[in-house]
Amino acid sequence: MAKSKPRVKVPKSASAGEVITIKTLISHEMESGQRKDKEGKPIPRQIINKFTCEFNGQPVFSCDLDPAVSANPYFEFNAKVNESGTFKFTWVDDDGSVYETENEITVK
Amino acid sequence: MKINAGKGPLDPFPADRSWEGNHVKKTILMMGAALGLAMAAGVTVLKADPIDAKLEIDGKPMVTRTKAPEGHPFDEVMSGWLFREPETRSLEEDPFENPGMLSVEEGEQIWNTVEGTAGKSCATCHGDASESMKGISAHYPKWDAEAKRPINIELQINKCRKDKMGAEPYAFDKGGQKPLTAYIKNQSLGEPVSIDLSQGDMQAWWDKGKEEYYTRTGQLDLSCASCHEVNMGKMIRADHLSQGQVNGFPTYRLKSGLTSVHNRFRGCIRDTRAEMPKAFSDELMALEVYVTWRGTGLSVETPAVRQ
Repeated sequence: MAKSKPRVKVPKSASAGEVITIKTLISHEMESGQRKDKEGKPIPRQIINKFTCEFNGQPVFSCDLDPAVSANPYFEFNAKVNESGTFKFTWVDDDGSVYETENEITVK
Repeated sequence: MKINAGKGPLDPFPADRSWEGNHVKKTILMMGAALGLAMAAGVTVLKADPIDAKLEIDGKPMVTRTKAPEGHPFDEVMSGWLFREPETRSLEEDPFENPGMLSVEEGEQIWNTVEGTAGKSCATCHGDASESMKGISAHYPKWDAEAKRPINIELQINKCRKDKMGAEPYAFDKGGQKPLTAYIKNQSLGEPVSIDLSQGDMQAWWDKGKEEYYTRTGQLDLSCASCHEVNMGKMIRADHLSQGQVNGFPTYRLKSGLTSVHNRFRGCIRDTRAEMPKAFSDELMALEVYVTWRGTGLSVETPAVRQ
């Protein structure tokens, strides 16, 4: 599997008070820990266990993920924007890696 | 299933049948209404025409209907996108939601990865694919003068790997073959398909491909044309038969993920219960030349989303 790479889709601009749709996806194996390799040894669990989205430091959406979540987890959610600012997205991996990405939005 | 054993309309064998008369009348009325609806909908129920909609990917208009080239059996060539369900169509409209784009991203990493004894990656020679590969794959298969046969993107990649990179050529559908092909073809997104039949013996291969297209094979005695020409637009059980265009390959299929064109050819041939030719064999290369020509003028849609 290729290296995890987050993808995010946020509109570049919106009108004040508009409810926008945000789509996020991260390519990740989401190894559940239940599978065994060719020698019969369990493959250690490695999943994204947490996802958060913040707008100008304020929490917008967050969730914990469990081993039953499929590979390449996809989240779509809505947010109301009143001012210009930055959405910050964070994915936390079991191995301690943190994948981050930021998107700016201009409110007219 | 749990059967409602109590009294009332849901009881399959109720002792008291006093409600039945009314129920039967209602059923007949409902059947009448349904029949009327079906009749009003008319031909669409039976034939299921391809939809009349425009495809835009990231604001870029795609050619999904165009006038057929001279000598084509149809007046209009149509992309398979027009034959799919609304949910499948919308997946392709948004590259973010298109699951095939994950493979395209994987292909981009392979493009930039050094492999082989020459210490080169694709990018070493070709640089930025968004420039060097733009529009290129819309004109494949091409004539390969050295090998004296047509060459497609998959074989071109293998040729580069062997001759320029000193790396092992990819086995069919293995390693990075599918994602890298998808990445290269995706650089031509929107570009109309047009292949040059005047190079080398391309015309002879086209003729051979045409002959194969119309030859019935297998225990079911079907040719490509049996489904994709004669019965195009009709339903084959739950499947809406398209023209069988290849402008969106490698295609993300809902049932099998990213699927190469030779895999698809082989699948179709298997379904006629015939012996499958090997991938990249003369038979399938000729078929690819001919079928690609049948989609002349359609936009490259790689990675298209199909069922």
